[in-house]
Parts: sequence; structure tokens; C-alpha cells
Amino acid sequence: MRFKTFSSPHMAPARSVNRVMGQVLLALIPGTAAMTWYFGWGVLINVSLAVTVALACEALMLLVRGRALTPHITDLSAVLAGWLFALAVPPLTPWWVTLVGVGFAMVMAKHLYGGLGYNPFNPAMVGYVVVLISFPREMTLWLSPSVIAELNLSLPQAFTAIFAGRLPDGLTWDMITAATPLDRMQTGVGLAHPISEIQTSPFFGYLGGVGWEWIGLWFLVGGLWLLKRRVIGWQIPVAMLGALTLLSGLFWLINPEIYASPLFHVFSGAAILGAFFIATDPVSASTTPRGRLIFGAGVGALVFVIRTWGGYAEGVAFAVLLMNMMVPLIDHYTQPRVFGKTAAGKEG
Amino acid sequence: MNDTPYGKIVADGLWYNNAALVQLLGLCPLLAISGTVVNALGLGLATTLTLIASNVSVSFIRNWVRPEIRIPIYVLIIASVVTAIELAMNAYFHELYLVLGIFIPLIVTNCAIIGRAEAFASKHTIPKAFVDGLIMGIGFTLVLVALGAMREAIGQGTLFDQAHLMFGEAARGLTVTLIEDYRGFLLAILPPGAFIGLGLLLAMKNLVDDRLEKRAARRAEALREARA
Repeated sequence: MRFKTFSSPHMAPARSVNRVMGQVLLALIPGTAAMTWYFGWGVLINVSLAVTVALACEALMLLVRGRALTPHITDLSAVLAGWLFALAVPPLTPWWVTLVGVGFAMVMAKHLYGGLGYNPFNPAMVGYVVVLISFPREMTLWLSPSVIAELNLSLPQAFTAIFAGRLPDGLTWDMITAATPLDRMQTGVGLAHPISEIQTSPFFGYLGGVGWEWIGLWFLVGGLWLLKRRVIGWQIPVAMLGALTLLSGLFWLINPEIYASPLFHVFSGAAILGAFFIATDPVSASTTPRGRLIFGAGVGALVFVIRTWGGYAEGVAFAVLLMNMMVPLIDHYTQPRVFGKTAAGKEG
Repeated sequence: MNDTPYGKIVADGLWYNNAALVQLLGLCPLLAISGTVVNALGLGLATTLTLIASNVSVSFIRNWVRPEIRIPIYVLIIASVVTAIELAMNAYFHELYLVLGIFIPLIVTNCAIIGRAEAFASKHTIPKAFVDGLIMGIGFTLVLVALGAMREAIGQGTLFDQAHLMFGEAARGLTVTLIEDYRGFLLAILPPGAFIGLGLLLAMKNLVDDRLEKRAARRAEALREARA
């Protein structure tokens, strides 16, 4: 067998923080565009607002900590954190919720721990969980997907809704908001409705919820591109979606009327976004290859547990944070063997 | 060991050896009861009373207790003191007693109290043990109230809410509303708010200590240069 060898120089592509972050941001664009299509201009306004706040907080904390502005603020990590936060919150989230969430993420979850590379928790998810716990009402204001909604807000209308909290005359929040498919599923199952009946509602599509399944698919496209570019490893997304599919499939086979199908689980909520973009955060996720498998599987299992038996309809953020806590332990027990030593670390 | 000057007792209890900020003792009530200023103050004062009574009793019997059995005896003393305080609070501050609930009997398990009995009261005269109990209790109460104020202000935008539980009906007007129509920030009132708040207070104390140390070092340096 012949191995083809390229002639020298053997140069690895330049890998820098802002290159990686930039590629992740690029990969987020199709999913974000799909979200904007289904949930209106609010998504884009939220993204720009969250990114602005993230950059401002980053600059402020760098100044307070006496660090140089330029290499840190242009590494795009703050942009990514803000962007992910904006994708997690409902499309017409009031501006002050974004301010509190992103501010908390950047100041408390990132810089108080020492900045990029030292934060044990995913900053965007910390910010999201803080506002999810603190402002439960604002966090449930998801809109009906545009394809089945009776009316959709224009750009200026979305702008007033976010910054002034006012809807156009004659509209109330009840008229434009709708529970997410995961919410409907949890409430329906809680009321002992069979799933086949719950899924006859117009909010459910072929795979997950109307709109949500396409958003998931577009995030999947971005995620696969990241995999192909080797920006992220395959272990975490595969392990996370695998564990989610396996667990939900097992329960679905036992009783498909009280446990939703694996397809529904994977294509609802933030499962795909979480698997490719959130759980793969190189700082707060596990770093060893085997550890990443365990980490991803843990996230997937927790997502299923929280969605099925938990108090919240969606559990990606909680699952990621809980597994972030386990990372030092996982990393400790999954150290790969160093060349020249035995598995126990002795000189071999 | 009997020669600790009063000034040092006071400085240690309030700052350098603060029960909550330096010894990190009694964190369970500190984290659980610091949701509002009034709750914090109520529990802080109950703890202070316990500390004074247990310190004085332990100091009183310190020459007759054999070292082998001292811990059970301290526990008995503290438990009796706490039971008395619990009954008194039930009688005179019944509503506050209901709010604080299990955390009043749990003062027994506050390590700060047995810690002071063991580390200080058993080796010092009664007046010194009394002052130590009082100052340690005040130091603990101050931290508790500071944390309570932080969490209440951020969590619900008020200060001294439900003051009538402690000071009677006349104190209803004491409640200060900092922000009108505040939507509330649940995180501060929930347990994570207590942990984050305590972390910030600890960081603040370390920052102040750091600054003080640097300033002292600079002064010493200037003095040496002036001499040279």
C-alpha cells in the first residue's frame, strides 16, 4: 500500500481564536436567517443588540481589569456569546432583559473567572439561564411561526416592541404569541392527552414544530460545515444527539403516546443549535476525546430528562451548564495515555 | 492566652477574623436567611444573643470542665441557650419566628458559636468572652444585613420590607421602595443570589485588604526613604 505524501513545507492552516470564532459565526448565519424568516425582525434586532451589549461589557471589563483592548475585543468571542444569547431568547424580548442577560454573561460568567479561556461555564448559557429564572413571563413570549401566524410585525413595529414594550394599536401579546411545540407537548402530556392528538395542532410539522424543524435543519447545515472544516470535533454533537435519540427512542418504543418521538426531540427547541454550537464551546466543554463523548452524552441525556420530567419545557441550557460542572472530573479520568508512558502514567 | 487586648478583640470580630467573611462559618443560615434585611437582622441578633450567652457560660465554667468532655458540654450549653431564645422569639416576635422557621433552632449547628466557645471563651475571662461574643455576633450580623440589603434591593427593589415583623406595627412605614414599579430580579432572591452576593462581599473585603496592605507598604517605603 502506498501512502501519498505531500512535499514540504508541511504547513498547518493558521488557527487563531478569531479565525475559529469567525467560522462559527459564519456557520450560524443560515440558522439565524431561518429564525428571522419564521419569527420576524425581532431576531435580528436581538442579535445586534446582544452583540453590542456583549462588546460594550467586554471593553468595560478589559478596562477595569487593566488589559489591552485590541487583541481581546477583536477575537470575536464576545460577539459569539452575544449572538448565541440572542438566539436563545424569544424574538421580541424586551431590551432590558438582553442587557441584564448579556451583561451577566460577560461580567460575571466570563471576566470574573479570568476572561476567555478560564470560564468554567458557557457564558451565553449562564446569561440565558439567569434571565430564564429571573423573568419567567418575558421568556415565554415566543411568537407563532410566520407561516401560520395571522399577522407579522414589520421592522419598525418589532423595534417598538423590543425597545418601548409597545405593540401596534389593536394588538395584544396574546394575539401574536404562542407556546413553543415543546411547551405544548409538555402541557399536553401533563394533561394526559395522547401525543397523537397533541400533534394534530397546526403548530406541529413533519419532524418537530412548524418552523422549528427548518431552523434546526439550517443550524445542522452550519454545524456540518463546521465539522468539515474541523473547527469542532465530531464527538460532542454525535454523542449529544445520539444520547438524546437513544433515550427518547427507548421510551418512545415503550409508549409512543406519552413519550415524544426521537425525531421530535432532535428537531425541537435548541437541540441541534446546542449540539453543534453551544456544547462544543472549546473553553467550557471537556477537552479529551473520550471526555467529549461522555460530556456530549451527558448533555443529551439531561436534555431528555429535563424535557420529559423537568419543570422547564426545554433543557439544553441547564444540561450544558450541569455538564460544564462535571468537566474537571471528566477530564481528570479521561486523560489519554502519554506516548512513552503506561496508562497509569508510569514510565513504560 | 488571657492577654488579648479589647481593641484586638473588636478589630478581629468586626474585620480581620470576621465570622462570615474570614472564617466562613455559619454559611447555612447566612445564605438561607439573607433574602431581606429584616430576616437577616432578626437571625443576626438571635445569633449574637446566643454567642454572648454561650461565650459567657463557657468562660464561667472553663476551669472545671475536663478537656475530654468539653465539646459535649459546649453543645449542651449552646442547645439550651438556643432553646431559650427560640421560645422567647416565639413569644415576643411570633411572626418573625414563623418566617425564620427552622433556622432559629438551627443556630445550634452554627459553627461560629462552638468555634468561639472552643477557640476563645474557654481560654479567656468572662468580660473578655462577653465582648468577644458581642463583637463576633455584630460582625456576623453586619455581613448578614449587608447581604440581605443587597439581595432585597436587587431582588425586589425595596429595603426594610415587612419591618413590622420585628419592630411592631409602627414600623410599617420604614419600608423604603428604591425603584417604583420594579419588576423584580428573582435570581437575587433565590439561593444563587445568596452565593453570588456572598462571593462579591468576599471579593470586596479582599480588595479592601489588598489596598490597605499596599498603602501600608508604600508608607513604610516612604518612611525608609525619608530616613535615608
